Amino acid sequence: MSALPVGSLWKEYRRYRSGLAGLALLASLLALSAMAIALVPLDAYGQWNNPSYWSEYPKAAPPAWVNYITGLKLPEHLVLKDPIIDRSAIGRVKVITHTFRFAFPYEAFPDDFLFKFSLKYGASPPLVELSAERPDGVRMLLARSAMPPRSEGSEARAYDSAIFSTDRNLRVNLANHLAERLGILASPDGISPERMIFAKGGPSMADGGTGVLKGDYAFQARFFLLGDQDDVISSSLVIGGKVFGLFGTDDLRRDLSVGILWGTPIALSIGISVAVLSALIGLAYGVISGYHGGRLDELMMRLNDVAYAIPALPFLILLALSLGRSLLYVIAYLILFGWVGIAKVARSAALQIKAAPYIEAVELLGASSWRVIFRHIVPQLIPYAIANIALSVPAAILAEAGLSFLGLGDPRVPTWGQILHDAQLHGAAARGLWWWALSPGMMLALSSLAFVMIGYALDRALNPRMRGI
Amino acid sequence: MALKGFLIQRALNMAAILLITVLLTMAILGPSADAILKRAIEQETRTEILQNKELVGKFKDPGELEDYVKSQVQGRISSMGLNDPWYSPKRLWTIAIRVMTLDFGQSYYIRGYGGSSNVRDIILESLPRTVLLFGTATLLTAILGILIGAAAAKRAGSLLDKIVMGYAAISNSFPLWWIGMLAILLFSYTLRIFPARATPPIPPADPAYPAALLYHMALPLLTMVSMGFGGWAYMVRNLMVGMLQEDYIMVARAKGVPEGRILYGHALRSAAPPIVTMMALALSGSFGGAMITEAVFDWPGLGRLYWEAIGLLDVPVIVGLTYVSTLVFLLSVFMADILYGILDPRIRIG
Repeated sequence: MSALPVGSLWKEYRRYRSGLAGLALLASLLALSAMAIALVPLDAYGQWNNPSYWSEYPKAAPPAWVNYITGLKLPEHLVLKDPIIDRSAIGRVKVITHTFRFAFPYEAFPDDFLFKFSLKYGASPPLVELSAERPDGVRMLLARSAMPPRSEGSEARAYDSAIFSTDRNLRVNLANHLAERLGILASPDGISPERMIFAKGGPSMADGGTGVLKGDYAFQARFFLLGDQDDVISSSLVIGGKVFGLFGTDDLRRDLSVGILWGTPIALSIGISVAVLSALIGLAYGVISGYHGGRLDELMMRLNDVAYAIPALPFLILLALSLGRSLLYVIAYLILFGWVGIAKVARSAALQIKAAPYIEAVELLGASSWRVIFRHIVPQLIPYAIANIALSVPAAILAEAGLSFLGLGDPRVPTWGQILHDAQLHGAAARGLWWWALSPGMMLALSSLAFVMIGYALDRALNPRMRGI
Repeated sequence: MALKGFLIQRALNMAAILLITVLLTMAILGPSADAILKRAIEQETRTEILQNKELVGKFKDPGELEDYVKSQVQGRISSMGLNDPWYSPKRLWTIAIRVMTLDFGQSYYIRGYGGSSNVRDIILESLPRTVLLFGTATLLTAILGILIGAAAAKRAGSLLDKIVMGYAAISNSFPLWWIGMLAILLFSYTLRIFPARATPPIPPADPAYPAALLYHMALPLLTMVSMGFGGWAYMVRNLMVGMLQEDYIMVARAKGVPEGRILYGHALRSAAPPIVTMMALALSGSFGGAMITEAVFDWPGLGRLYWEAIGLLDVPVIVGLTYVSTLVFLLSVFMADILYGILDPRIRIG
């Protein structure tokens, strides 16, 4: 075994384009992790298994980019949470306006829409008015309603409410709009609000028969508040579509991008912590065993044999079932099976180096065993440890994914494997929900690919016979 | 004599490892499994007694009945040997000895196709199916990998070599079970070429069964081979690139030995010992690691049995399967060592 200092290892490594590509892939995964931590709210990730958090999202919607492939221009599901807020006053009445602007360039109508708001008011009930402004400048009044009254002199308290596209109130208002603007008499029951608002003008716009009017829309909510303490806490608008976001949603309406993006830092930390700790433990174990020799060596190697022979996956499952499956435990279980290989390599290297004449010389000069181990044996093993780490990261990531796929993941920390477990459980394959199965697995594959490419290049850089080929 | 000593030492070693594995399995399972089993026995006994109207009528007050139920439950628990805690030396030792002699006892819940609850029978029923699928897949994978790896080594640095290396890196990073999911989505549900469930819908006694089994085997087999041969090609290629730089290869070339013979007759022959070792380990490794793949393809082999047993905490089945897979692994390591010695004359044991 020839020693190769880390510096010259890099010089050798640099020559492999695939190794550099692996590093580039790893860098982009790290960038993605940073992006996920910075941009995707931890709150959304923490609510992954709470169905009520995701109620505003569409069910099993494919990603929005399928429109580019199919050319269908299906409406994208929009969840708008940041209205433009304007405050004014008419006499003693406070008027707060929340305006949601969005583009609607699609060729199909939305499925429905929903306006949710949260108010704070005391004795005098406020009034809410929702209207839509279309690209052609026509303004439609959708709903006007007063909040329920409260007893005289009561404190200002929060009140949550919502206006649905299915409310009858809306149809009546839109029927009035048709009668006043176009002189058409239509029964409110024949009107479909989510179609009429987005339809081209014309006599048959009540049910959307004129086609979609593409362009920029604005939904405006005006709150008329009477008390000093009264205020609007928040509001949001959901335009129900058929496609959603970069990764689509699953059967439980969860935005897959949250799980997939947050899965990146989680998977990388699982893989790297398991690989580094296993390598350190294995290195220490092997060097001590080989350097010490004798009975201890024999005992340690027999223990190593046991750890090597135990079927890993069944034992991982048994451990997860009986001791618990919190993520830290899972990492510990993986380390339990991860140190075995490198310990064997480290032991034989330690045996070889120990027998070298210069070690004898150093020992005769009075060097302690610790000095021999840390100055002379361990430094020679570091390049191999690095290669070993690079190749055990994907193994650890895939092992955790496998456990999670079998339903043994930590429910508090969703991972790609768990998303795939849910996909399998809900029959994603049979129902053709390909995006649910495709993207988490693709991320798994890309993360392990990055480390496999780095590991292969290190392998070649370390092996003198493979160099340059 | 050296050989005999070596064999005895290896056998003792293997026995020790097997014993430790069995004890570890029981230590992990023991606490929770005992509690679950005792609860199940109590419930079963209670419903059995309460449904027997004649028997219940004999008791005058509920306290007496309760005492009777308790004594019956206690009797069953002690007849199953559950009186002592799982860590009592007596229980551990009897189970360990029985397991070591391949007597795995009766399963708690899982039954074989004939309704048998003998764990050994249940395991022997599933074993051939796992061997059929995973043995075939491993052999095909290895042969394909060796041929492609040798071809890549011959033209190291060429486009073919780069493609093989790239494919190896990609297929090694993709989880097999995920590719299986996608393959089922594409080939079973979208294109409808292969069945989605790998279990044939007819009973094993049917004469059409073998053909149906092969048809149902096609998709998992194709998936496993196409995802597996890249890694093999990579290993074989690296081994052979090293071999092809040896002096004796240069001598053979200088002598004018045809390139094909150098590649397959000399270099591959020298690379044979590690390749055979890998093959032995891959064959045995495919038993334990098959669990997720069998679950995805619904293949009725050992992996799925293991998974079912773990789900039901059927301890005798889990212990039996753990023992069998450890045994298969140790035996194949042992065989690989012996083969290594036969194939590589420089290594003589002892």
